[in-house]
Order: sequence, then C-alpha cells, then structure tokens
Amino acid sequence: MHARADATEEQAAQWPEEIFAILQRYDVRQVPYVPDAGHSQLINRVLGSSNMRGIPLTTEEEGVALLAGAWAGGQKGVLLMQSSGVGNCINMLSLTQIFRFPFLTLVTMRGEWGEFNPWQVPMGSSTQGVFELSGIRVLRATDPAEVKDVMEAAASQAYNACTPTALLLSQRLIGTKVFVK
Amino acid sequence: MSKANLLDRREVVSTLLADRKDALVVAGLGASTYDLAAAGDHARNLYLWGAMGGAVMMGLGLALAQPKLPVVVVTGDGEMLMGMGSLATVGLQKPTNLSILVLDNEAYGETGGQVSHTSAAADLVGVARACGILDSKAISTLAEIESFAAGMQDISSGPRFANVKIDGANLERVLSNRDGVFIMTRLRGALGHAPI
Repeated sequence: MHARADATEEQAAQWPEEIFAILQRYDVRQVPYVPDAGHSQLINRVLGSSNMRGIPLTTEEEGVALLAGAWAGGQKGVLLMQSSGVGNCINMLSLTQIFRFPFLTLVTMRGEWGEFNPWQVPMGSSTQGVFELSGIRVLRATDPAEVKDVMEAAASQAYNACTPTALLLSQRLIGTKVFVK
Repeated sequence: MSKANLLDRREVVSTLLADRKDALVVAGLGASTYDLAAAGDHARNLYLWGAMGGAVMMGLGLALAQPKLPVVVVTGDGEMLMGMGSLATVGLQKPTNLSILVLDNEAYGETGGQVSHTSAAADLVGVARACGILDSKAISTLAEIESFAAGMQDISSGPRFANVKIDGANLERVLSNRDGVFIMTRLRGALGHAPI
C-alpha cells in the first residue's frame, strides 16, 4: 500500500497526463467537477488549458445536467468527482437514458484499499452498484500502467457510442489518504 | 391561491418569447414546460419532464457551448429551490448570454399546491444576487417582462435573473413532446449538429 502525498507536495504522475491527452483528443470542452485530491493534477491541467473549461460545482448532480446542456449545444464534457459524490447524482443520471447523450465521468474511489475514514466506506462500497442500477457502464483502473488503455476504452464507448460510462480510479491507484503521520 | 393583480404565467411566457429570434429556451419540469409548449413548439426548445433542479445547469451548459446565442431558462420556484446551488455555479462562470426567469407561484402546483419556501421566507432574487448574478430583480408587470425579453437578446450583458410572482391558478396542461432523444436531436439539428 502506498500513501498519497498531500496535494501541495504531489509529484506529477503520468496517468493523469494520459487521461488529459485522451480528453483533448476527443475534443472535450466542458469539465465540471467537485474537487478531490486524486483529481487535483488533472483539474490543474484542465484549468490551465486554453480550450477546456473547468467548472466547479456545488454538488455533483449539477455536472450531469450541465453535460446534457453542453451536448445540446454541440460540446462534449466529462464529470470529475469522488465516489461520495455519486450518490448525489442518482436522479439526475436519468438524463443519460432520456437524452442518450455521451456521458463520461471519472470517479476517484474512497472507502476501499486501506481507508482510514469509516465515513467514506458506505458510499464507496455502493458506488459501482449505484452506477449499474442507473444504467451506467462501469470500468475500473487500478494499476497506473493500465489507466491509459481503460481510459481510451471508456472515452471511446462514451463519445463514439453514447454509452454512459463511469471510470472508477481505484484508491490503490491514487493512494490512500494519510490522516496521521 | 389566486391573488389579485398577479401576472398570468402563460401571458408572461408568451410575452417573453414573442420575438425570441435565435434564442434557446430551457423549461423546468411541470407547469413551466406546459407554458413553453403553450407559447408555441419550437426546435430550439428544451422541455424537461423530470431532472428536477437541473434546468439552470442545462441552461449553463448550453450557454457555454453556444456563447453567441441567447439562452433563457424558464422554471418554477420549486424547481429553482431544488437547484439553488446552481445559481452559485452560474455566478462563478458568469455566462453573459444566459438569462433565468423564475415563475414564482409560491407553491408546488403540479403536486397539489403545497406551499413552497418562497411563500414566506426564501427570496430567490436575494439568493441569485448573493451568488454573484448581479443583474437580479423581482418583476411584476408585463412591461418589465418585455424589457427582460429585450435584455436577454443582449448576449454580452448577462447573466441575468428575474423572479416574477405569478397567479397561482392551475391552468390546463399543454403537453409538449416528452421524448428526450427527439427533443435533443431536434435542438442539436437546429444548431447544425448531426446525429452521431
């Protein structure tokens, strides 16, 4: 088990760069997010990009509705959130079936792999089930070396086939949050 | 529920859209969608029959994707209350082509007329302004609706928000199309985007 560095001292990992490159290649423009430390490197890349717009949300369900509106206007997007935010999205996820628009979300997992905080465990444990019951296909990446391929598959089925897809980024991949040193 | 001198919601929406030009219109679920349908079906209408609390966010996504077109969200007080955080998200993004009009009957009309928070306490204009939507006001006359309609065509001066207290009468439903894929595909087609 490796521990996650604090966001401020985080060393650049390769896999967020690979995700960013794939989002660029698919011409993703709107990137709504509720921050998570595991997404911090990708969020910084988005906020520094000239052709993507990072959009902070007050709650994750806003992002589902935003992406429906973006698609109506001709733009693709991706929703970044933590596993605890997935429960906030449930009713709004109905839009993915109603509008059949290209929905992709990247979810950093908590409540698994060496979790310290018990409050993260219930939602982290039900994240995949919630997505599947909501009609969202779930893919998962755990090893840094597999992120690129899994992300490529997720983006392809979401954007090319309008198959609503969630890519879970395992806590083992992002590192377990350290509360006590 | 009806009070004297309050505007008729159908008249408000038909006045708002009488000269809509290229505007894109999102209507929140329930009576707002019926009002939009009653004002006349249009390829640039996005009717919602669910996803309560999402109307403003759909308008924001649309406005950011189409910055040269006016986008207006028409929704009710209950729908707006459920998505109140989205006003903070709009206030941060400040899309200059987005306008939001809340039809406030102080009640959940679709479910039996139970009173909403705006009947006694919640001030949506204050919320919108405090969230950074500086052009936020309460309006009460058709002349002000006409002025708001003219303002929404100016894609450089938003975002703007208005709350209009309307008559609480439950009007006969005018049903819009409710097939989401059709509505989405038609709207995208009107903007020149082919189906996948």
